[in-house]
Formats: sequence, C-alpha cells, structure tokens
Amino acid sequence: MPPRILQPLNPRDFDFWKARHLLNRAGFGGTPAQVAALASMGLKDAVAYIVNYQDIGDPAVAADTFDADIMSPATAEERQEVQRARRAGDEAVLERLRMERQQRQRQDRQQMGRIQEWWLQKMIESPRPLEEKLTLFWHGHFATGYRSIEDSYHMFRQNQLFRAHATGSFRELTLGVIRDPAMIRYLNNDQNNRRAPNENLARELMELFTLGEGHDYTEDDIKQGARALTGYGFQDDAFVFRQRLHDPELKTILGRTGNWDGDDFVSIILTRPVAGEFICFKLYRYFVNDRRPAPPEAGQRFVIELAKLFREQDYQLRPVLETLFMSEHFYADANAGAVIKSPLQLIVQAVRSLLTPARSVRDLLGACDLMGQNLFQPPNVKGWEGGESWINTSSLFIRQNVLIYLLTGHSPQAMPWQTAPGDYDALHLLESLRDDQGAVDPEAAIDYLLRFNLGGAIHPQRAETLRAFITQRDGAIDNAALIALLSLITAMPEYQLS
Amino acid sequence: MTDHNDTTFSRRLFMQQGLTFASLAATAPLFIQRSAMGLLAPAGSMLSSRPGVPEDRVLVVVQLSGGNDGLNTVIPFGHDDYYRARPGIAVAAPGKGTNDRPAALALSGVDGLGVHPSLDGFMQLMDDGVASIVQGVGYPNPNRSHFTSMDIWHTADTDARGNGWIGRYFDCTCNGRPTPEGAVSIGREAPLAMHGDLQRPVNFDSEQLFRWLGEDLHASIAQPYEQINRAGVLDEVDPDSQLGFLMRTALDAQVSSERIRKAVARPPLVAYPQNDLARQLRIVSAMIRDGLTTRVYYVSMGGYDTHANQFGQHANLLRQMGGALSAFYKDLKQQGNSGRVLTMVFSEFGRRVAQNASAGTDHGTAAPMYFVGDMVIPGVRGDHPSLTDLDEGDLKFSVDFRSVYAAVLEDWLGTSAKTVLGRDYKRAKIIKA
Repeated sequence: MPPRILQPLNPRDFDFWKARHLLNRAGFGGTPAQVAALASMGLKDAVAYIVNYQDIGDPAVAADTFDADIMSPATAEERQEVQRARRAGDEAVLERLRMERQQRQRQDRQQMGRIQEWWLQKMIESPRPLEEKLTLFWHGHFATGYRSIEDSYHMFRQNQLFRAHATGSFRELTLGVIRDPAMIRYLNNDQNNRRAPNENLARELMELFTLGEGHDYTEDDIKQGARALTGYGFQDDAFVFRQRLHDPELKTILGRTGNWDGDDFVSIILTRPVAGEFICFKLYRYFVNDRRPAPPEAGQRFVIELAKLFREQDYQLRPVLETLFMSEHFYADANAGAVIKSPLQLIVQAVRSLLTPARSVRDLLGACDLMGQNLFQPPNVKGWEGGESWINTSSLFIRQNVLIYLLTGHSPQAMPWQTAPGDYDALHLLESLRDDQGAVDPEAAIDYLLRFNLGGAIHPQRAETLRAFITQRDGAIDNAALIALLSLITAMPEYQLS
Repeated sequence: MTDHNDTTFSRRLFMQQGLTFASLAATAPLFIQRSAMGLLAPAGSMLSSRPGVPEDRVLVVVQLSGGNDGLNTVIPFGHDDYYRARPGIAVAAPGKGTNDRPAALALSGVDGLGVHPSLDGFMQLMDDGVASIVQGVGYPNPNRSHFTSMDIWHTADTDARGNGWIGRYFDCTCNGRPTPEGAVSIGREAPLAMHGDLQRPVNFDSEQLFRWLGEDLHASIAQPYEQINRAGVLDEVDPDSQLGFLMRTALDAQVSSERIRKAVARPPLVAYPQNDLARQLRIVSAMIRDGLTTRVYYVSMGGYDTHANQFGQHANLLRQMGGALSAFYKDLKQQGNSGRVLTMVFSEFGRRVAQNASAGTDHGTAAPMYFVGDMVIPGVRGDHPSLTDLDEGDLKFSVDFRSVYAAVLEDWLGTSAKTVLGRDYKRAKIIKA
C-alpha cells in the first residue's frame, strides 16, 4: 500500500477535465478530440500511455542531420600552420586564419538556430509530449548555455543525453552529465587537473544538480569532490578520462574516504536522502504546483513520500512519474491552475490545443527569448527559475501578443501590421457542442471555451464579459467571432496558468 | 538518515525557498496589496532616505555592452607608452591630428589627458561643469568573460551571485511597498541589476509594443479587454495565489502602459540624434518630464566588443553615445530637471592596453566611468592607471566599482550603502555635498 498522500485517484473520477489536466501538465495539452480520447482510456492506461511513450513510434524523429564538425578542434597541420605564421610574424596568414575561424563561428551560430527550430518543431509535433517536457526539464536542471561553449553540436548531443534518460535512471543521467562535453566545457572541468583543481563542476554538481544549496555538504566536500573530478575531459565530441591529470590520492567526500573518481563522487552524493527530495521537489514545482513560498503542507508531505519511493527505486524516474500522474493529489482542486506556464508551454500548448497554424517557428523562438526562455541559453547555471519569475508587466503583454500572432497572423514585427486573411479555422473546438442541425448555443460555447482554455474555477465575471461582447456583435458564433473570443480568453490572466 | 532528519531537511528546503522567493506582490499597486506587502518585508531591513536628501532624485544607468575601450575614450596622449602599445589605433595628441584621424580633445586641469574627438558633446558637458570622469574603475581578480563580468557589475559581487544591486536598493527602501513604476528598464530584457526579491522592473523595448496588439483587430474588442485586464484581483480570488499575482500584474501592465505611452507621445524639447541610445534616453526624459515616480531608469547600448579594425567603429559608437548623453542633458536642463537626475555610464570591462593583430583590442579590465548631472562634482577624478605597471597586459584598477555604487546609493539616493552592498566601501567622491 502506498502512503495515503500518494494514493491514486479513484478511476471513476477520471473524466474529460482530469484528462485535460494530465495532458496539460505531462505534455502541452491537446485538442478536445485528443483529450476525449485520453479520457476514454481510463486513468491507468492514460497515464501508462503518457509515461511509457517509448511504445509510441515517433514519426517526427529525424536522423541526426546536424554537422558535427563545424567547431571541431584544429588538426595537427592547422596547428603547425598557425605556429609557423606566428614565428614568421606573417600577419596575412594569421589574419586569414582568424577570418576562417570567425566564419566557422558564424556557421555554428546558424546551426544553433536550426537546432532551436528543430526542437521547438518537435515539441509542437511530437506524439510523445512527456519526452519533450522532460527533456526541457533536464535542460533547465542541468543548465548549459551555448554562448559560453560555442559548439552547437555539443548542445545537440546534450539534448540527446537528456532524451535518452528522461524517464530512466537519475543516477545514469547524472553520470552522463559529468561526461558530457557541453557540461564539461560550460563548468570548466576541462581545466580541472591535479595541480590546479577547478571547483566549478564539483560545486554545481552538489549545489544545483543533486543536493540543493547548502544542504549537507561543506566547502571542503566541494574541494575534495573537485579532486575526484580531475581528468574528466573531452576530445572532439567524446568524453575522455585523462589519467595523468587525475588526482590519484585519497579524498574524503561527505565523510567517506577513498581513491574516488567522478563516478564515485556521484555515488557518494546519491547515498544522501536529500538528493531524492531535492529532485522530487523540483519535479513537483514543474508538474504539480509552483506556488511560492512553499507548497501547502499536503504538497510537502507528497514530496517527502515521493522522494522515499524515488530512493527505494534506486533513482528510477518512471515509477515516480507514474505515481505522481496517478495520484489523487495531482488532480486535487488546490493544484488546478497552480503552475504558471513557461513561455514554451504557453506557445506549444496554444498550438497543440487550439490547433492554430504554427506560423514562423523562428518568430516564435524570438518571442520565447523576449519572454525570458531562450532555448539552449538559460540565463545562468541555475536554469530558469520558473513560476512567478516568468511574469512581469512587459512579458505579460508579449504573452498576450504572441497569442494574437498565433490566432490571427498579426505580427508585431511588421508595423503597421495588417490583417492576414483568416487562415485559422477554430470551429473544430466546438464540435462536441453541436446539435442535430449543427447549431451551437452561444452561451454554452462561451462556457465551454472558457473551461477548455482556463480549467475549472472561472470567475462568473469572465463569462459575462464575453457574453456581452457576443451579444453586441450579432450573437452568432462564426469563425471570426470565435477568434475574437479566443483573443480575449488568451488575454485573461487565468490563461497564463496551467 | 532517519525520517526525523528527512523532515528537518524538508522544512529547511521549503523554508529557504519560501524566504528567498517571498515575492508574492512583486509589482502590486499600493492600493491593493499595501498591508500584505508590509507583512512580508523582512524586519530590520527597512530604510528611509537620509534627512536632507530630496525624495525626487532619479538615477539613470547607461550600460555600454561588450567592453568599452577606456583607453581610447579617455586618452593618455601625454604618455609615449600609449602610442607604443597602440601604433595602429591610438588617437593623436591635440595638434597632431589629421583629416582621417582627428586629435583628442584635451581635458582642462589634467596634463596629458583628453577625450576621444567623437565625444565633443560630452566634452561640452565637461567644460560646463556638469560631467565627470572617474578613472581606473574595476575590481579584484578581474573576469574577462562578458557575461560573468557583466553579472559581477550587476550583482555588485565578484562571485556574481545574488540579486541585482538596484533591486536590493528597492527591496531595502520600499518599506515593503514596491511601486510598480519605481524601476524602469528599456531594452529586450530586464537587466539583472534591477531584480530584487520584491522589486521587479517595468521593462519594455519600444513603447509602441508595450500594449496589447489585439486591440487593432476590431474597435469593439478593446472594451472587453480592458474589463478583463483592469479588474485587478477579483473577489473570491486568493490574493496570495498565482492567479492573484497575475491579476495584479495585468492591472499594473495596463496602468504602466497607459502612463508611459502618454508620456512618450509628447515631443521632446530638444532634438535627439538618430541612434538607439538616444531613442531610449528620449523615452526616459519624457517619463521624467511627465512626473512619473520612477527612481531608477536603465538603458543600454551594445557593439563595444571591438576585436578588429576598431578605429572607425569605436569612433562611431562614441559619437552616438556622446551625442545621446548631450541631448539628454540639454532636454533635462530645459525641463528644469537636470538638478535631480544623475546619469551614470559604465561598461563590464575595458580593453587590453596593447592592440591585437587585427587592429582591435581584446577583453581587458579597469576602465573609466562617466557621470552627468548638475550635482556631479565636475572634472576628472582619480589618476590614470599606469600603462607600464600591468596585470597580465591589463590595467590595474584603483577604484573598486562598489565604492562608486556606494557613493551613488548614499550620496545620491540617500540610502545606506552598507545595507544594500552588504559591507562598507569607501565612497568615491562623485556627488556634491
């Protein structure tokens, strides 16, 4: 028997609206038809369908078509050429080499742009939304920024690493991260050697990736951990362990003494229960409730019990995710509308649930950046703080305006912008409301649109405003009226919540 | 570890998060959240302005991104070492200029020192006694990464940790009541410097886009939109919930948008040059003129990362910067506001003393800062850093940037610099007593 707080929802209570909640949180929402299909599976199968996504083929998966060699290190001949030119003081050759390097950097930035587009496109199209959502979670958790490492292919490879372990073992994932060229470069572990240890990766490994700031470790643990990580480097696109840079002496980390290497360091960290709680707390904020300060008391108990399960399962993520998405607590009223959408969630959920045209993926990425979420470029090693930090007076306007762009094609880029021909057919949203003659009752349509887009408890004033608006038009719900209604609904403060 | 310890840990985890992020009403209008905010402010941290310091003083921060070349901005033309280190890009001494390469403008009162010829507008402010240059500003163990060094300047911490220094100023002085328009930044993203636990800046790039574009769809849609977004926290909504926060922010956005666009719609009193910094400062001046209660504005200008062929490029950047600062000051003077506005110009670092092989300069360390305003102690402050006693090819700093911040906080904004910066710094002499 699981502890009471982790008890699953009564399967009889899993209806259309609960299925909507599941699909919003574990993915990026869906159309009314998709939500209805999920609801008809029943709770157990629906959660299994979402979590065991490996069983679903992914037609959107393209082969790795990105160029691995744009930023590959100089060959021996190239290095010799530089040295010869330096010795000879041959400015012309040095200048040419510099230009070539700048050219490669330009190409690499362009490729980074294509990788960003690839990922956003994948979020919009993937039949395995939880995979994308977790990959984004791990990207924010093991935050690495392209600007500092300037190698787009390493960023792409890191993304593949997060995918490979997204619902697997957190232990394996962390071991992968300390071997990941992008991370090694980002946190300077390629400069960490026995003679001059660099503590950056060791510090963040404990502070941000596993234990949480100040939890159960000391500055000395960081120093000793850094020594364990000496020699963890990379060559081209692959991890290498450089024996001669590695410190072979005894280290004492978190009270354990031995000739530890980086892998041992991770194992020692994961003996601490704090690690499970730290990760489960972050998962909770991401999937269940990001209210600050602290989640309500029930939420705290939920995290503690979930962390116990996580440890019992030796840090396997899948059982934790299954338990979370099955739990009564996850579907509780207190946790409805309790997560503020990230900019990507806002955009991808709008496209997937309303079935708007995706417009220009490049423009959407630009809007995401303006809203504070630039893919492959988190603000710093802490990643995106999430929750209320997404929202300020200007990001709120951008959030409302990007929805106008999706719904109508109006872009803030072109000023003055014109009305694009109506290329979005929103009528599919109301299919379930049509009577035998195919007619839709306006009041029922408004209530349904509000609930479908905003979830459960909606203030009556919102429906009144929309009703007055429709009455003042001509009372009919045609496509134009529907788009106007959606423009208003997506401009409601409630729409920022998932 | 026992269960008992687990719980202790968890409490610590949740408590810590709770305290750090207790920002439930980051942008709350006073009339809605006054009491709740008062409860939230940490006890003992509240400051009020020092007696005698006017409450209407404004700070305008101008950020030059990319690392402005201080040595080619404030030019030590009296030192041969300068010309030896920079044979291809040095600015000529007064009287030695050519048509292509005009000479530096000599600063009065200091031998052998001048400013770049593109800075004639700024030079006029120096001559009028309303501008100053603080030389050799930096910090120990300089970091030559743009991002890290910028974060260091923003956080006033050499480990680049924590909130922004201006954000902390607001957290400390707001008595738990941050005003929504207290801090305004113009640009694509709100600078870290302006972020506190409680205070978040109003940020926008163009006032034209600081509004809902949906209202252009049809005239009839504006009214329901306003009804939705100006309602504030609806009854029966928990004001401490995320929804309460969003409803307050939506109202703030409407109010700020209207005020700012109304202010900026008025034409300025003087002509501004056509460049982006001038555009931003024109917006700031309009807001000051319109009587917004904003105390700190933040604007920025990029392009200073001059690694190659920098001579013409840098001259152009400085012309834009000097022209914008000069027009801004004249505008404020005509408004009668030049006595209550202090403009502070900084960059994340200066550049290497020696030029590189591409007739540019690489990332360096210490550099000058610039101040404009009627209350500025005019002239050149401090000594020019030595061109021969270098730290790995870079200038050694003589003024810690935090002692400049301390002066701005204490002597201009009238708050306790120690509370904001976490320790005492000897205040640089910048503001007239």
